[in-house]
Amino acid sequence: MRPFSGHVLAFLLGTLVLTTAQATDQWPTPPASKPPDQVSGPLTGGTGDHSKYEALKQPFSSGPEVTKACLSCHTETGKHFMKNIHWTWEYRNPETGQLLGKKHLVNNFCTNARGNEGMCAQCHAGYGWKDESFDFSDETNIDCLVCHETTGTYYKTPNSEGSPACSVMFEDMAPIDYNLVAQSVGLPQRANCGTCHFHGGGGDNVKHGDLSSALTNPPRDLDVHMDAKGLNFACTACHITKSHIWAGSRYHVIAKDEKGTGKPGERRDVATCESCHGNEPHPVDSLAPFKLNDHISSVACQTCHIPEYARGGVATETDWDWRTAGKTRNGEGYHEHGYTQGNGEERYTYKSIKGTFTYGENLVPLYRWFDGQMNYTTIDTKFDVTKPVAINDFTGSREDPRSRIWPFKRMTTWMPADMGNGTLVYNHLWGQDEDSYWGNYDMGKSIAHGMKAFNLPYSGEYGFVKTYSYWPITHMVAPKEQALDCADCHSKNGRLQGVEGVYMPGRDNNRWLDLIGIIAVAGTFLVILGHALVRIFSPKGAKH
Amino acid sequence: MTIRRVRIFSLFERFWHWTQMFLILVLMFSGFGLHGFHHLLDFKQAVTLHTLAAFLLLLLWAFSIFWLFTTRNWRHFIPTVKGMWQVLRFYSFGIFQGEHHPYRKAYWRKHNPLQALAYLMLKIVLFPLIWISGLAYLFYFLWRDIPHATQVLDGVALVHTGAAFTIVVFVMIHVYMLTTGHSFKEHVMPMISGFDDVDLSPEEEAYLLKDEPGVIR
Ligand code: HEM
Repeated sequence: MRPFSGHVLAFLLGTLVLTTAQATDQWPTPPASKPPDQVSGPLTGGTGDHSKYEALKQPFSSGPEVTKACLSCHTETGKHFMKNIHWTWEYRNPETGQLLGKKHLVNNFCTNARGNEGMCAQCHAGYGWKDESFDFSDETNIDCLVCHETTGTYYKTPNSEGSPACSVMFEDMAPIDYNLVAQSVGLPQRANCGTCHFHGGGGDNVKHGDLSSALTNPPRDLDVHMDAKGLNFACTACHITKSHIWAGSRYHVIAKDEKGTGKPGERRDVATCESCHGNEPHPVDSLAPFKLNDHISSVACQTCHIPEYARGGVATETDWDWRTAGKTRNGEGYHEHGYTQGNGEERYTYKSIKGTFTYGENLVPLYRWFDGQMNYTTIDTKFDVTKPVAINDFTGSREDPRSRIWPFKRMTTWMPADMGNGTLVYNHLWGQDEDSYWGNYDMGKSIAHGMKAFNLPYSGEYGFVKTYSYWPITHMVAPKEQALDCADCHSKNGRLQGVEGVYMPGRDNNRWLDLIGIIAVAGTFLVILGHALVRIFSPKGAKH
Repeated sequence: MTIRRVRIFSLFERFWHWTQMFLILVLMFSGFGLHGFHHLLDFKQAVTLHTLAAFLLLLLWAFSIFWLFTTRNWRHFIPTVKGMWQVLRFYSFGIFQGEHHPYRKAYWRKHNPLQALAYLMLKIVLFPLIWISGLAYLFYFLWRDIPHATQVLDGVALVHTGAAFTIVVFVMIHVYMLTTGHSFKEHVMPMISGFDDVDLSPEEEAYLLKDEPGVIR
């Protein structure tokens, strides 16, 4: 009786809530309010209201002035911040010793930021980096606003003018109301991080494939954690922060986290799934979850739970061809539309300054064993120009205890290289001078300039090499109903077809054994048949 | 010596036999399904069914081993060459000549020597192969970090699938054998009713009639 009346009560209450919700939905004008704060981990909530602080009411006319005001209360933050990669753009891999970071690397999208900071350092969390003279020790050069302002009216423009052909793009923008943005500060929202991270590679979702503007306000389908109407996680809910150092790095991936959630109350400064979900994440209510929990040691969570990337209507680039760059019409650069993505927006398929692009959406990742270690082809790495070059290669195998099977986006790009020396090149893309590629379209000149500026050896002979880069897929976690099914991998020509080093039932079989087995069964059948026939037709044996 | 109808298969034995048959059919069906030979089950269903049936079968086997040894019934399976030749000769020649099966069931020998040997091999070679490899397969993730685990897994899958094929062959021959000698029905009935014709010594007959009247008709 009790449970029954309970159900009735729950039902009645449910209807009540539903009807009131419907009633508010039908208001002619819904009450204007700020969207609820995203969940940002332990710091959520805060203890102060920045619109009440005197320091933020003084007149500001520039970003650094705001920074000074921030630092007047947050006295240690400048020192903390200067250690993190958003500021240094530099990372020394402790295991390989490679000097990495945006400051040094060449990728196979817009190639090199080095020498082009006037443009590229729009995404540096600082003010005014346009060349080697930038002062990394001046705290007032830190840009607090880009990460913390919450009005969405703050923006950044290139730190140097660049060619007139390009700078037109940044004219006529509404002036920034510094007091408004300064008083709006809070913990970073998805839109803050997204300003740069959704636009890596030169446009929305161009680079990663799993980081796009669709995550600014994603539905549950696109990302269960960031679901704006559900859990509403900010990026920092997972990329937890201590003294302005974030957990989670692509330069140093934890491919397999065996520590899980840690001890009660223990804080783990990692962004792994396991750090929240533990090492037995599937509730064991039948046999399958028991097997799924076993798979944790071989298969990254992302492999099953991110069935496709570049979802949510925003395409990613899969191929880029720099060989076609530089075409002009009447001496001027141009661009062509040619791809309409899921959300209806047009994407460029050709740009004089960059070449030809191919896009994709809802893509099935590439799956490989991955130990978390990326090896980069840096500006001083020599390679064979006749073969495809991996810009960032990775290792991993079944035998390696740190490795698991991970999903990747693979980017293919034909990009400029020094054919004589067999190295990548620093291209001088951005500048007011006659050599910058963007505006002048002479790659011979721009490469020579880019290499000379950093005293790098250059044979004088440039050409194009085919390159790959690999991007571990880890965002856009789908709801559990959409996770992969066993048979997606445990089948012939399934998702893990290319993964080596392990026998998977359903995918693999021993051809000889199957052949012998089938012959044995068929043979037995024939012998039985023969025996039976002889019995039936032999005169005396009819009965038996 | 007299031929009497004697209950040679106890209720437990019959339950054991038919449950085992059913479970092995389920295992064959689901096992070769997940192996990729048919797609009547998806992989998840096949593995779930296979594992469930495997556990039930192991449980059944545990009981049957206990039963065999506590009831002394294991003695039926002691291999012997006595009469083997006649049986082999019968299946190869005699059967076509309308001869009668040379073997008469005895009270403590309910299988002919060929049968006894076949069942013994099944019990001590094929079944252990399949369940040991099956358990190793199931708990792969517990030993995946030992050296050469992947090669071992290859071997486990090989043994398991190989044993599975052999069991299929066994089942085919086993069923065909039921059509030989008497009729198919007469062969199957003892496993249902428990009773079959048995060659009893006068002492056995007297004993059964006096002390186990329910076992003899
Ligand atoms: C107690 C007995 C058994 C156990 C514990 C067992 C267990 C298993 C396990 C764990 C697998 C791998 C499934 C997976 O992907 O997780 C498997 C596969 C298989 N089983 Fe069994 N099994 C048993 C008996 C049988 C029997 C009696 C047969 C058939 C007569 C059979 C036929 C197969 C076949 C054909 C496969 C596929 C092998 C492959 O593709 O590599 N199994 N079994």
